[in-house]
Amino acid sequence: MLARRIIPCLDVRDGKVVKGVKFRNHEIIGDIVPLAEQYALQGADELVFYDITASSDQRVVDKSWVSRIAEVIDIPFCVAGGIKSVADAGRILEMGADKISVNSPALENPELITQLHDTFGQQCVVVGIDSYFNEKSGQYEVYQFTGDEKRTQNTGRLTADWVAEVQQRGAGEIVLNCMNQDGVRQGYDIEQLTNIRQACSVPLIASGGAGEKHHFYDVFKQADVDGALAASVFHKGIIPIPELKDFLRAQGVVIRDDFRRKSA
Amino acid sequence: MATQKTVIINTGCANISSVKFAMQRLSDNVSVSEDVGEIQAADKIILPGVGSANAAMDSIQHKCLTACIQTLKQPVLGVCLGMQLMVTRSEEKAQQSQQDFTPCLDVIPGQVKRMQVGDLRLPHMGWNTVSPKNDLSIFRGIPAGTYFYFVHSFAVDVYEHTLASSEYGQSFSASLHKDNFFGVQFHPERSGDAGATLLENFLTL
Repeated sequence: MLARRIIPCLDVRDGKVVKGVKFRNHEIIGDIVPLAEQYALQGADELVFYDITASSDQRVVDKSWVSRIAEVIDIPFCVAGGIKSVADAGRILEMGADKISVNSPALENPELITQLHDTFGQQCVVVGIDSYFNEKSGQYEVYQFTGDEKRTQNTGRLTADWVAEVQQRGAGEIVLNCMNQDGVRQGYDIEQLTNIRQACSVPLIASGGAGEKHHFYDVFKQADVDGALAASVFHKGIIPIPELKDFLRAQGVVIRDDFRRKSA
Repeated sequence: MATQKTVIINTGCANISSVKFAMQRLSDNVSVSEDVGEIQAADKIILPGVGSANAAMDSIQHKCLTACIQTLKQPVLGVCLGMQLMVTRSEEKAQQSQQDFTPCLDVIPGQVKRMQVGDLRLPHMGWNTVSPKNDLSIFRGIPAGTYFYFVHSFAVDVYEHTLASSEYGQSFSASLHKDNFFGVQFHPERSGDAGATLLENFLTL
């Protein structure tokens, strides 16, 4: 059986792992490579590295950390942030990333998704969507440039419409970040994820809101997502990954069992 | 193992770094090459592959490597698309192609088809359990139920050349074997210790 994936997300800025609350007030958590190795050892199924400064800064961002990760990590990982072109994506993939994730640049130029699909194949192309519930309109709307508070803006697109379009353009996976929940550890946005699940025929990853072990159970059981992404609960050691996986297995969720090499 | 030479065939598709790094963690004699002489002289050969069957076959033909690969006598391991390229033909083809399929290397009889998974999601992406036919060759020490990392939408059905099977909406070949040709549909280079064990088994064949 295909296992549900537990995915620690490491927000990266200037080569360091950082974490903010509701996308703000970033604090440094540590160096990328040792943190990545630690997560792989603990049983993370996949890692996501979000270069949070990249999309909102004009400068060229040093991505050499991607190959440093690829040299030591033997689980899949995805790199997000600042990928604006097929050439940008190609460089990241050549350095050893398994997937690239596009967010703001895809909103500016949706054709980018199609080009990435045609060049590298659907399996490499992840689209990240920052979705915010607008209480006035009662709708979920897509935001962009969320890495920089001053530039964060509503795109005027409804989340459901964008989810449909990115699939039609060739996205191989969607990470839905529910901004209202991000960093506050009150649980994933089950209602929104359940709705999007029904309109999503590619793998769907939940992001934003994990605070307790049962939040992971809830999102797998109720929203039927393929993976659950979280940051602060892992970085701060609030939920150790082995403990989370044992808990989910005991609840009947299909979770990967560890395999330990005999020789080495 | 230091004297054994492993060559990763440079098929011209992006992302062979992760395969290269995984092999370098196990052996100090690994190179990436598209040179016929160097490939023929290797003890072990990896045929990687990311992208589409038609693009990869075009690239292999363009580099004049088709006959070279077909006539290899030493152990060859095809990974993911590299495994799919080993069979006779693939349903995965260029949209503008006149043919219904892409002719592949045909070192193992068989065909690649688009997966039929009902309501399940495609690509089949993530960690899934594998059931090897026996505890030999590349699956030595890897029990049934071991998880490996998959990313694909096309697959080979279970048949006489299946070395390990897996399930996702349908049964399919997680691994193929005929003579000196081995293939795995999953990514051993991204499958943690299980993948490293399989690659080590391949190196010690």
